[in-house]
Amino acid sequence: MNGMKKELLSGNESIARGAYEAGVTVGTGYPGTPSTEILENLTRYPGVYTEWSVNEKVALEVAIGASLAGARTLVTMKHVGVNVAADPLFTSSYIGVKGGLVIVTADDPSMHSSQNEQDSRHYAAAAKIPMLEPSGSQEARDFTARAFEISEQYDTPVFVRTTTRVSHSKGVVTGTGERTEKPVEGFQRNITKYVMIPAFARQRHAEVEKRLARLEEDCNGFDLNTIEYRDTQIGVITSGIAYEYIRETLPDVSVLKLGMVNPLPWKLIDTFIRNVKQVFVVEELDPFLETRLKARGYQVIGKELFPLEGELTPDSIREKITGEISAARIPVNIAVPQRPPSLCPGCPHRKVFSLLNREKVTVTGDIGCYTLGVLPPFSAMDTCVDMGASIGVAQGIEIAEGPESTRKTVAVIGDSTFAHSGITGLINAAYNKRNSLIIVLDNGTTAMTGMQPNPLSGETIAGEQTSVIDYARLAEAVGIRRENIRIVDAYKDAEIEDALTTLLAGKQLSLMVVQGLCVILRRKKKK
Amino acid sequence: MEGITSVLMVGVGGQGIILASDIMTRAALEAGYDAKKSEIHGMSQRGGSVFSHVRFGSKVHSPVIPQQGADVLVSLEEMETARWLSYVSEDTNLILTRQRILPANMTEYPEGIEAEIRKHYPKVIVVEPEVVKQHTGSAKFLNVALLGVVSRFVAIPESAWEAAIQAEVPAGTFESNVNAFRIGKNLQE
Repeated sequence: MNGMKKELLSGNESIARGAYEAGVTVGTGYPGTPSTEILENLTRYPGVYTEWSVNEKVALEVAIGASLAGARTLVTMKHVGVNVAADPLFTSSYIGVKGGLVIVTADDPSMHSSQNEQDSRHYAAAAKIPMLEPSGSQEARDFTARAFEISEQYDTPVFVRTTTRVSHSKGVVTGTGERTEKPVEGFQRNITKYVMIPAFARQRHAEVEKRLARLEEDCNGFDLNTIEYRDTQIGVITSGIAYEYIRETLPDVSVLKLGMVNPLPWKLIDTFIRNVKQVFVVEELDPFLETRLKARGYQVIGKELFPLEGELTPDSIREKITGEISAARIPVNIAVPQRPPSLCPGCPHRKVFSLLNREKVTVTGDIGCYTLGVLPPFSAMDTCVDMGASIGVAQGIEIAEGPESTRKTVAVIGDSTFAHSGITGLINAAYNKRNSLIIVLDNGTTAMTGMQPNPLSGETIAGEQTSVIDYARLAEAVGIRRENIRIVDAYKDAEIEDALTTLLAGKQLSLMVVQGLCVILRRKKKK
Repeated sequence: MEGITSVLMVGVGGQGIILASDIMTRAALEAGYDAKKSEIHGMSQRGGSVFSHVRFGSKVHSPVIPQQGADVLVSLEEMETARWLSYVSEDTNLILTRQRILPANMTEYPEGIEAEIRKHYPKVIVVEPEVVKQHTGSAKFLNVALLGVVSRFVAIPESAWEAAIQAEVPAGTFESNVNAFRIGKNLQE
């Protein structure tokens, strides 16, 4: 039976579908826009184990284990999540795989919801891992399935990279929907391959280089990369969503579409450039492709025209290449006020930030809904760098200012972030004898990314009940004195105020947990 | 771009724009077109602007509408109509809902937005949410009623719209949603 049904799927839904059809049996990750829906969708398929891991490093390590035991495994994260996973990432290239291992990184050009817009393609090159880049939903599905094949064929983890426009746009996907089952053989000892002491690692590096050379040769024949000749006056080399923008606004140019951005299909590139007159490289963010093309000796036009910052648009690409400015807009004299995101009405975080503002303390902040405490009317946050940074940065300020400092510094972190990478900061504070006040805002969920469960919320991704970290016992175990541990009700203002003023006055290493369910979840429960 | 219809649906979080644009994209698919849609997720619950680009035709490349490329701009909130005018040309059909949602950090809603828009764009249809509510029985059908208004300007047959509504709305609400759609389609200004 030919089951060629058509469905409208987002890029993320399509990746989950592709993984399922490729026989994935394990999926791990940490929530992060724009990647979150991939694992949420994968969870709904039968025969696949999924988990929200505590952070991306653990997610990848779990995935490596599953892969070595023979399971096809998918790991998902946003671009900054790759930073957290970078340690296992680089060595996973050396140890290779058993069951295919596919790592999805969802980048965020224009930082719609991220603290930076770093370009994940550099990771592929640095870690010597192949990277596929789909341009839309159909390819998101097809490339994911293909990534598992390449992973096993070449004994390497494989990246699939999307951006917000691919992850969150919906398009038509056709496919049979049938799943290829892959038997899981189990872990088999292979010491010189899996235990990376220097003697063995040196051998593996040599293998990695050989593998890359083989792939670099073979990828010229992969149908992931395509040449489309039209008018050969202009040839554009591109990948990802930019390809679709070019087909939209410059339908007559010749295009080399790279579905694989590491390694690069040099034979294909050489042929393409030979057959077109002027070559443009259209890529968002860094001149990743451009730098490599120029290193090979090609004259190409890229970042001298296109910005290093932000997303590209169909119009900006056309304007830069043709030099034609779009027809002038009808000038309309309306100043439209912004609608900045804000803490929801009734959010328990509001009280805490009001108090911190009143106390005039320096607040080192972290990543989550509560980051919105930086905006008026609270204006109660002074730093926000990366996941878990609040706790470490507060310590650094304390150290630099010295014991005579009158400025009080308070670290504020959410429950999921705390589990992700706050606990190590907490241990550091106790071990290195700091006097920080650390406030955990526990609203019982990973809220900003869409209410995912975490190690403080009591539920797994599948909705099963599970253990919850006991803050008081954890803090004591780390070395915080019992009288400096306060757990208060987020919906009881007096409790919060009392705990805050007491602990600030005490000037000793303290942990304050403000516990209360996110107001949105609270409303849902009441219904 | 020839042969592609682009509809930009905008408003504020919580107004049901994502569901409505899902229905519209699905309707285009049911009608036999290639279709894509593009939006940014996540800011809706925090009072932010929400927008959804829907595009359909024989073959759609960019999920993002080019500047001045919207055939229809349908807005569920007055101020939001003005925010997206760079996607609008004189040929665009603007559907403006007279609904005002004050941004979180403001105390007074800016006046004169609708008048200014009508001064510059010839094709503006105004929708009164109260009128829609009276006909449909509830404010929560506004988004689907507006799809009915949109349907007057795009080449998608009613059967395709109905199939899409059936597929996308919560179980048991098909009748009330199709009813809202038809009310929007027949709404007099």
